[in-house]
Amino acid sequence: MADKLNKNDALFQFLLRLGDNTLVLGHRVSEWCGHSPVLEEDIALANTALDMIGQTQFWLGLAGEVEGKGRTADNLAFLRDVWDFRNLLLVEQPNGDFGQTMMRQFLFDAWHSIMLGRLMKSSDQRIADIAEKASKEVAYHLERSADTVVGLGDGTEESHAKMQTALDLLWPYIGEMFVGDEVDAEMVKAGVAPDPASLRDEYDALVGRVLADATLAIPDSKFAHKGGKTGMRHSEHLGHILTQMQWLQRAYPGATW
Amino acid sequence: MSKPSLKQVWEWLDAVPDPEIPVISLVDLGIIRDVDWQEDTLCVTVTPTYSGCPATSIINLDIETALRDHGVEKLELKRQLSPAWTTDWLTDKGREKLEKYGIAPPQPAGGPKRCPLCGGTDLEKISQFGSTPCKAHWRCRACAEPFDYFKCI
Repeated sequence: MADKLNKNDALFQFLLRLGDNTLVLGHRVSEWCGHSPVLEEDIALANTALDMIGQTQFWLGLAGEVEGKGRTADNLAFLRDVWDFRNLLLVEQPNGDFGQTMMRQFLFDAWHSIMLGRLMKSSDQRIADIAEKASKEVAYHLERSADTVVGLGDGTEESHAKMQTALDLLWPYIGEMFVGDEVDAEMVKAGVAPDPASLRDEYDALVGRVLADATLAIPDSKFAHKGGKTGMRHSEHLGHILTQMQWLQRAYPGATW
Repeated sequence: MSKPSLKQVWEWLDAVPDPEIPVISLVDLGIIRDVDWQEDTLCVTVTPTYSGCPATSIINLDIETALRDHGVEKLELKRQLSPAWTTDWLTDKGREKLEKYGIAPPQPAGGPKRCPLCGGTDLEKISQFGSTPCKAHWRCRACAEPFDYFKCI
């Protein structure tokens, strides 16, 4: 980039990353509504999705405020195109089977809970307040997704095999969580957010403990798919999500109820 | 009209039911954080229970409707996220009403103390989530009835 990133732009980008993670994963999880293996899981997934969409309203609402161009959380969610999204590649991956959905949820919740814990000490009080609120909900998500990963991983031969396949499939999307760029550097300098790499040890310890209980083997490869949080290279799946998520506002601009 | 006292305003708000659990009031739920007069404007500070709780906008509407019905003309509703809402703020009166209604009130131990229907203590968790974001789903092995438990957060 030729132009130096100013602090306000960096803050806007950083907030989009937080809000787009919860928006895209919230939407993904909501796709299970009415399709889960049992009613209790259906309700649990819908509630988890609801929490994430609620958190999105805070993050994207603040992003719009910081940007200062009058865009609301709804404008940002429904009127941006793929290349303007800043979510991790992990959260836009398809649901797959129930086990794959819960593995994706666990891998995200673990990172999310650690990140929010750090953000509660942000120099930006608005961010600290949202993180405090969200972290209570995410602690609950993590408890459930970790329990489910252990239950299915250390379950039957078939459930174990499915969970190992899910882990092998999703593990290459973990690395992106810990790669910093100029936006992160600016946030670290301003005391707004931690260096993403500094979350890795705590993440590995937490995830390692749960996956060991689940009798699952962490893949050896350090290969990491990247390009979601920078918006440079989303997977093809994001476009398909947006066609579903945005069609109403695209077809009937400004529609309300 | 003359300015109603803050005590009076709290009483009015205590008569506004929670839209999803109408047996308790908004004050019982602990989400009204502050009521204050800023000159001739009444400021009511509200905190959400859960980020995505769909009742939040209805709650704001209900507060506004109730206070306007009592003649309050200038009204401002403020949202406060921190300190984050906790079930510790449920009033004792609210807890009693929940249990009578069939919803086990939150316990620091993380699970219901007894079945709100028969009082049995042999309980099992069915799901960590329930019919609203603030509840989990449990069952009593004594009377075999399922019931809602108000999650402790």
